[in-house]
Amino acid sequence: MKVHYCDALVIGGGLAGLRASVAAQKKGLNTIVLSLVPVKRSHSAAAQGGMQASLGNSKMSEGDNEDLHFADTVKGSDWGCDQKVARMFVHTAPKAIRELAAWGVPWTRVQEGARTAIINAKQTTITEDQDRHGLIMSRDFGGTKKWRTCYTADATGHTMLFSVANEALKHDVDVRDRKEAISLIHENNRCYGAIVRDLITGELEAYVSKGTCIATGGYGRLYKSTTNAVICEGIGAALALETGVATLGNMEAVQFHPTPIVPSGILLTEGCRGDGGLLRDVDGHRFMPDYEPEKKELASRDVVSRRMMEHIRNGKGVPSPYGDHLWLDISILGREHIEKNLRDVQEISQVFNGIDPAVEGEKGWMPVRPMQHYSMGGIRINPTGESQNMAGLFSCGESACWDLHGFNRLGGNSVSETVVAGMIIGNYFADFCANNDVEISTATISKKLEEQQTYLEGLVKGQGTENVFKIKERMQEIMDDKVGIFRDGKNLADAVEELKELLERSKKLKIASTKMHNNPELEEAYRVPKMLKLALCVAKGARERTESRGAHYREDFLKRDDENWLKRTLTSWKSDEDLEPTITYEDIDIKTMEMPPAFRGYGAKGMTIEHEDASVRQAEVDNLTKEMQAAGKDRHEIQEALMDFDLPMNYKQKNERVGD
Amino acid sequence: MSQANREITISILKYDPQDKTVEPRFVDYKLEETPGMTLFIALNSIRSNQDADLSYDFVCRAGICGSCGMVVNGKPVLACRTLTSTYPEGVITLLPMPAFELIKDLSVNTGKWMDEMSKRVESWIVTNEETDISKVEAKVEPKVAEEVFELDRCIECGLCLASCATKLMRPNFVGAVGLNRVARFQMDPHDQRTDEDFYELIGDDDGVFGCMSLLGCEDHCPKNLPLQNKIAYMRRKMVSVK
Repeated sequence: MKVHYCDALVIGGGLAGLRASVAAQKKGLNTIVLSLVPVKRSHSAAAQGGMQASLGNSKMSEGDNEDLHFADTVKGSDWGCDQKVARMFVHTAPKAIRELAAWGVPWTRVQEGARTAIINAKQTTITEDQDRHGLIMSRDFGGTKKWRTCYTADATGHTMLFSVANEALKHDVDVRDRKEAISLIHENNRCYGAIVRDLITGELEAYVSKGTCIATGGYGRLYKSTTNAVICEGIGAALALETGVATLGNMEAVQFHPTPIVPSGILLTEGCRGDGGLLRDVDGHRFMPDYEPEKKELASRDVVSRRMMEHIRNGKGVPSPYGDHLWLDISILGREHIEKNLRDVQEISQVFNGIDPAVEGEKGWMPVRPMQHYSMGGIRINPTGESQNMAGLFSCGESACWDLHGFNRLGGNSVSETVVAGMIIGNYFADFCANNDVEISTATISKKLEEQQTYLEGLVKGQGTENVFKIKERMQEIMDDKVGIFRDGKNLADAVEELKELLERSKKLKIASTKMHNNPELEEAYRVPKMLKLALCVAKGARERTESRGAHYREDFLKRDDENWLKRTLTSWKSDEDLEPTITYEDIDIKTMEMPPAFRGYGAKGMTIEHEDASVRQAEVDNLTKEMQAAGKDRHEIQEALMDFDLPMNYKQKNERVGD
Repeated sequence: MSQANREITISILKYDPQDKTVEPRFVDYKLEETPGMTLFIALNSIRSNQDADLSYDFVCRAGICGSCGMVVNGKPVLACRTLTSTYPEGVITLLPMPAFELIKDLSVNTGKWMDEMSKRVESWIVTNEETDISKVEAKVEPKVAEEVFELDRCIECGLCLASCATKLMRPNFVGAVGLNRVARFQMDPHDQRTDEDFYELIGDDDGVFGCMSLLGCEDHCPKNLPLQNKIAYMRRKMVSVK
């Protein structure tokens, strides 16, 4: 039996996991990162458009601060987020971006003087002040009050990932790739690491640690049409679920991005619209202003995606062999801008579709349709990152439901969350590892290891009749067709039943090769049942939630129902024999909110069933704010009085801005 | 209405170094080509329908992550952004990239090599300056940030090494990827290393002086990095040290 001991075990080597590993290593802990793939290949690299942080350097972001970023995030979440977490996040984001600058991310910088930009389809001149020259620049993204998204052209995730990965190497973090955690080691509601399969040799090893942090990203590949990389199968969240102890939060909260290219599903960044790109229909008509007169193409993603599908349903889609689509037109930005700031977009469009988006007119339009993009749900954790039910199990990034995004994440808040959560949760995680011991017997560890060995051997020797590739494909179709952008009770109920059948069938597999090492079908065979469990959490959570909130849109319950549904869905998998998750709920308390529920400012009006506490709390907030302002208190003091929050290290320090 | 799709043949070198009972061999797979088919789509179809034991590496399938380098009809390319329609004969031969340890079939260990390279050239910012992240960031000339970004676009896919003759002769050659990383930090105002420091890292025949300037790297770089220029630039810099 191979057992590796360490202080801090991080599962997942994307931006969140790597940043957390640096935090642990810097505190003198022996830290190991396990990754399915070489860490620089992680899906973080695919984040194109940028990272939100309220630096307020450039003209169009002047006056930006934490308060505005906070308000945008809460509205974007449709009041589903944890507002304390949102405060922790917006306060640390400027620090994260400045740290990354020091680590070498070549952020696009402010150039003094006049330049032309396209705003609302019109050429506009913006003049940058001399004293801002050389500071970090930002662009516009959906659902934000200021231009807040900092970027390196449209390869932001790539440059961030390389900087953080190399920083981890610099600090001698032990990074091991092609290693897959397949089960968590736990006892008495306490996690002690994982059973891990080497993806080259097939050997099982136990990684035993004082604390374990899961940072394995989202579960987009439960869907057929998704922008996500092929490794985004949600396995980390499934490991937590399979403990029977840890809970997952809001799994039904799934984001659909407005502009993946058809048919490959590769993302074209929100920066396309942020920089002034337009959506057009079969007649070449720019239709978004008809639906969203104020924010137009730059309403939040859930709203734009729904409006696009609505427009296609109204017969305005462009027919194609791959189904109806709409057009994304960035040619109006001009070739120079595209070749400098949207280069990857141009390359993707040219390589995969043979379209040069810099060509003016119809020839340069790119076919797009909303597809699955982001998982707001994940391992339910406290603000410090630790599971609510299992001690020593932490999570950060997309695999977690921290809950920064509620029912809809704003563009630019995801890569931002990865590094910010890596800093905040990484430090709390490191403190836990420094202050706790491993208290599990080696006999228990070897039992866990043998269980998994027996399970895998059973899979290759299985004499069933089912084909794992077929089961996976059917699951993905069900999720697309019945648990997609538009949802209703009947389809969701059908989805749950059919997914349960698939889960049953996945226990009777037949695998062609009996090899225990490097056997792709064996890998599918142990992953797909985990994915089906997650799919059931999504579908059942969606079936039960009889309201519409953010990205969760029920055609049979069109209103956001604060009276009954201002709560988080918690799913757990009590027994291996179960065919569906157990659901409980966690209330979201209006009385402690800094910003009580109201209208988002985009989407249809009058679609909320209000909670009686909302107006009471709003009056409290207004009164306290007025009193404190009269007493000469500043915005920081008022904020603290309304809703105090904690941060580790010195992250609570005020963020300096040039405009101060 | 639609035209009948043609049948294509994909011929793949299969070999599992951990299974001594089977020799390396070519296996032909025939499949129907669909419009816009990439090698990502074709290989997944083969694995799902014909050979569940076929190994290869894809992650982003969008030309961004650099996982899927392989040799297609003699040329190293990123498989995910290679359309089957680019081969009019309809016969496509796939080999794993040379220069890296073979894992199985088309899967090679680029990660291990790139990690070692990153440590060898100290592919990170080296500075004694402490940054106070609560304070306004240091200014960087926008043009300089752009130039650094241009080189930072490398995705470490390994195609430059798979097309490199020097790498064949000198197994420890750091490759265009390594030299590009050094050029990137040499230009970065945050990095305090001097040319003398960089000389310690790449001032030998396994570094910048080993390059024979055949420039297969530049020809095959999927990100069109200015490798020829930057290698020449670093060589001039390194020659002038001492």
